Amino acid sequence: MRPYSYVRADDVEGAIATLSGAPDAAFLAGGTNLVDLMKLGVETPEVLVDVRRLTSERVEDLEDGGLRIGAAVPNSVLAADRKVRTGYPVLSQALLAGASGQLRNVATTGGNLLQRTRCVYFYDTTTPCNKREPGSGCSAIEGHNKNHAILGGSEHCVATHPSDMAVAMAALDAFVNVRGPEGGRRIPIEDLHRLPGDGPQHDTVLEHGELITSVDLPPPGFLSNSKYRKVRERASYAFALVSVAAALDVQDGVVRDVRIALGGVAHKPWRATKAEEALRGEPAGEENFRAAADIELESAEPLQDNAFKVPLARNVITRTLLELSEGR
Amino acid sequence: MSTTERATGRAIGMPLDRIDGPQKVRGTAPYAYEHHVENPLYLFAVRSSIVRGRIVSMDVSRAQDVPGVVIVVTHENAPRMADTRDQELATLQSDRVDYRGQYVGAVIAETYEVARHAASLVEISYEEETHAAVLDPASDGLYAPEVVNAGFPTDTEKGDFDRSFSSAAVRLDETYTTPTEHNNPMEPHTTVAIWEGGNLTLYESTQGVHPVGRTVARVFGLDRNRVRVVAPYVGGGFGSKGLPHANTMLAVLAAQMVEGRPIKFALTRQQMFAGVGYRTPTVQRMRLAADEEGHLTAVGHDVIEQTARFKEFAEQTAVVSRMMYAAQSRRTTHRLAALDVPVPSWMRAPGEAPGMFALESAMDELAEACNLDPIEFRVRNEPEIDPESGLPYSSRNLVACLREGARRFGWEDRDPAPRTRQEGRWLMGTGVASATYPVFRMPGSRATIRYEGDGRYAVEIGAADIGTGTWTALTQISADALEVGVEDVDLRIGDTRLPYASVEGGSSGITAWGAAIFEAARVFRERHGEDPSEGDEVQARTPNNPDTENYAMHAFGAYFVETRVDADTGEVRVPRMTGVFAVGNVINPGTARSQFIGGMAMGLSMALHEESLVDGRFGHVVNQDLAEYHIPTNADVGEIDVSWIDEDDPYVNPMGSKGIGEIGIVGSAAAIANAVYHATGIRVRDLPITPDKILP
Repeated sequence: MRPYSYVRADDVEGAIATLSGAPDAAFLAGGTNLVDLMKLGVETPEVLVDVRRLTSERVEDLEDGGLRIGAAVPNSVLAADRKVRTGYPVLSQALLAGASGQLRNVATTGGNLLQRTRCVYFYDTTTPCNKREPGSGCSAIEGHNKNHAILGGSEHCVATHPSDMAVAMAALDAFVNVRGPEGGRRIPIEDLHRLPGDGPQHDTVLEHGELITSVDLPPPGFLSNSKYRKVRERASYAFALVSVAAALDVQDGVVRDVRIALGGVAHKPWRATKAEEALRGEPAGEENFRAAADIELESAEPLQDNAFKVPLARNVITRTLLELSEGR
Repeated sequence: MSTTERATGRAIGMPLDRIDGPQKVRGTAPYAYEHHVENPLYLFAVRSSIVRGRIVSMDVSRAQDVPGVVIVVTHENAPRMADTRDQELATLQSDRVDYRGQYVGAVIAETYEVARHAASLVEISYEEETHAAVLDPASDGLYAPEVVNAGFPTDTEKGDFDRSFSSAAVRLDETYTTPTEHNNPMEPHTTVAIWEGGNLTLYESTQGVHPVGRTVARVFGLDRNRVRVVAPYVGGGFGSKGLPHANTMLAVLAAQMVEGRPIKFALTRQQMFAGVGYRTPTVQRMRLAADEEGHLTAVGHDVIEQTARFKEFAEQTAVVSRMMYAAQSRRTTHRLAALDVPVPSWMRAPGEAPGMFALESAMDELAEACNLDPIEFRVRNEPEIDPESGLPYSSRNLVACLREGARRFGWEDRDPAPRTRQEGRWLMGTGVASATYPVFRMPGSRATIRYEGDGRYAVEIGAADIGTGTWTALTQISADALEVGVEDVDLRIGDTRLPYASVEGGSSGITAWGAAIFEAARVFRERHGEDPSEGDEVQARTPNNPDTENYAMHAFGAYFVETRVDADTGEVRVPRMTGVFAVGNVINPGTARSQFIGGMAMGLSMALHEESLVDGRFGHVVNQDLAEYHIPTNADVGEIDVSWIDEDDPYVNPMGSKGIGEIGIVGSAAAIANAVYHATGIRVRDLPITPDKILP
C-alpha cells in the first residue's frame, strides 16, 4: 500500500476543496472497496478525505412523495427502511442480495454507486488492464471472461459494474445529487455510469472533486410492484452472473408501464429500454415478456466464456415479469 | 485372530467437549503469528511476474530507501543453503524463475506496511523464456512417473482389459475432469522465525512440527536439535501445510540475515494461490463394462494430470478404481505433463477425491445403462477380497452404509427417470455415491508417558491439531491406554521438544500417534505397574502392525444427496445430504461429526464451487481471492445428516479406529453430480457444476 495521508474535513465544501487541490486524493466513506484496492496497489491515493460524516445518514420524504437518501446512509439501514421496503421493494431486495451483513453495515449509499468492477485483471496489478492503466490493454477480452459484459462493451474493456443497489436504482429512475467545485448538479442515474468506450478508466461522469450527497427516488406509484432477482453461483456473498430489477404495472391484462434494469451484463446498470418499449401497451404474458427480453438481448455480444448470460438474462427477465404480473 | 491389543475403553467413544474450545472461543489459543516475540521484524515477499526465465537484474534502491526498511533480500545477497536438491525449497539460491509467483526477493522492515510497500518498489528485469502453464491432455509430452503419491504404482493391469471391454454387453467410455483447486485454509501460511546463536525457533502453521523441523535442518545444514518448531494450534491445512514450502524457507533465510531479531511472515490470501500446494487438474477417462446382469467385467481408469517441471508430484487419482469394485479385468494409468507451474501437492484426500468423482459418476451412468438401481448395481459388484492385493479386508461395510443411508434418506421409492420431479421452477433430484479411504499408518512416531504424581500422567508427542480435534482425541486415547480418567491426563503436542510425531496427513494421525501412546502405556505399566512413582517415565514408538501384511484396510461410506436446480437459471442448491460411514471405532462422536460435516461441505464445494482459473498467457491463477474463488457460504450448506455404523475392526490399530479426516470429501462430489443428473437429465462431467454448464 502506498503511504497516504488521512484528512477529516469539517463539511462538504471543505472536503471538495481539499480534494480539488490534490489530483491524487480520493474521498473515503465506508471504505469497503477502496481500502481493499489500496492494499492491492490498484488504487494509490496520496490523500484520503473522509466524508463519512459529512453527508446525511437519513432517508427523508420529498415533497413530491418520493424519498431522499443521504449519501452516508448505510446499505443495511436503507434496506430496512420501512418506506423503501413498501414503496420500492426492488431496492431493499437488491441491497440485501449484496455483500454480507457486516459489509452492509459499513458501506454507504454513495460509495455503493461508486464501487469499481470486480474484473480479476483489474484487481491484479501484474496484468494489463485499460481501466487501471489506460493503454496497457484488456486482459479479459482474450482471458477468463465468464463474469464479463455481454452488452455495451468495447475493444478496450468488457468489465461489469458490480453493484446490486445501482441496478435497482436504475429501474427506479433515481436521481443522483452531486456537489462539486463548480456547485451542484442533479444527474439521472441512467447517466451517472458510463459505458467503457475508449475511456474505461472512467466508471462514471463525475469529475474529480465531485461528491455524491444524496439520491432521490420518485414517488412510488407502481414501483411498489417491483422485485430484484439475482443469479449467482452460490447462495450468498457472490457478485451477480445476471440480475434483474423490474417493476410492472398491469391493468386489465395490459402492460401500462414497466421498468427493467439488468446487472452483471454491462459496464453500467443496464436499463432495458428496448424491452420496456416493446411491452408498453401489450398484453402481459410469458410469450410477450420473453419476446421483449429477446429484443433487448439482440445486441448482445457474448465473449468466449459468457454466452450463457444471454439465455440466462432472457429467462430471468421473463420469469421476474411473470411473477410481478401474477402478484408474486 | 488379531495381533493387536485392543482398547478396553471408557473414554474412547465419549463425546468429550473440545479441550481447546474455551481458549479458541476466547481468542487465547495462540496461532503462529500470534506468538509473542520481542522486537520483531516483518517480511513481505517479492514474487516473479514472469513464468519462466532468469533474473537479469534487480534494482532495490527505491525499496531500500523507504524509511523502516532493514534489508532487501535477493538471490544475490541471500545466505546460501546447505542442500538445494529440492528445487521447491531452494529459495533465492539462483537467478532462475520456474513459475509465476515464485519468490524472487523479499523486504525485511520494521512494520508490515513498510515491508509490503517497499516490496512493490523492487524493480526486476528478466530474460523470459517461452512457457506452458495449462494442462493439455492432447500434448505429446506426457510421461509416466515412476510411482504416484504415497508410493502407489503408476499403472496396473489385471486380466485382458481390452478384450473384456470390447466384448461386453454394456459399456461406458466417458471423460471426467476436475479443475485446479487450492486448499485455502482459513489461517494463511505463517512463520515466526528466530535465528539466534546457531539455534532456530519457528512458530509455524503446519501439519507436522517434526517433518518441518527436519526439512529445515537439512536445507540449512543445521543439527536437528538446534531447530525447534512450535505449533500448538493451526487454523486448517487441508494438505497445504503437510509438507514445508518455500515460504518457510524464505522466513528462515530472513531470520538468518537479521540474527537475533524475530521475523514475522504471513502470506496474503492472494499469495496462497502460488507456491503452497494445490490440487492438479485431472482429466480422467473412465471405461466401464458390465454383463447383462450388471456385473462389472472391465474397469479402466486413465488419468492425465500435471506436475511442475522443476519437481515432480503425481496425484494417485486412479487408485480407487483398483480396489473399489470387483471386476475380472482392470487397467489404471497415470500420465503427467510437466509444466511451468508451482508444484502440486496434497489437497483434501489427494487421489481419492478426484478419482472417486470420476468412478462414482461413471458407476451412476452405467447403473442406468444396466437398468439397475445405483445401490443395487454397487452391491452386485461388491468384492469378497481386495481386488488389488488379493487380501481379505480387515473390515468392509460399504453395503451396510449404502443400505443404512438409503433407509435414513428415504431412497426406497425413488423413480430413476431423470427430470421428472418439479416443485415450482425447481427441478428435484436425488443421487448416491460410495466413499472410501485407506487406513494409512505412518511409521516412526514416539510417545512419552511420565507419572507426575497425584494421579496425573503427562503424555507427550509432537502431534498436530489442525482444527481436527487432536487435543481432545489423544487425551481420550491416553486415558484409555493408561486406564485412567481424561482429567488425569496432561497432553502435550505441537512442539519438536516433544517426541517425534509423523505428519497429520493421509488421515493417519490418530492411527499413528494413538498406537504410539498405547504402546507407551503398555510399556509403562509393564515397567512401573499400577502404582508408579513420581517421575517414572517411558518412551515408545508406533509399533509395526503385522496385520497390514494380511489384510487390506480401508474405511468406507455412502452419501445420499438431494439437489434442486432452477430450471430458468441453472442454479444448483443442495438442501439435504446424508452420509453414513464405516470407520471402525469413533474416538469422539462430537469432533468426528464435525469432521464428517466439514468433509461433506468440502465435497459440496468441490462439486459446485471450487475452480482456480489459470490464465495461460500469464501463467498464474487469476481468481486469487475468496470473492472470486468460491467456497460454500452457510447459505449453501443445507441439512447434513451424519451417522456411522457399528464396525468392529480388530486389525487396524489398538483403538479399532480408521482415519476420518478425508473420507467425508471422497465421493460426495459425485453424489451431487448424480443428483443433478437425476434432477435435470444433464450429466455434468466437468467440475464444478455451475449454471453455464446446465443452461442450454
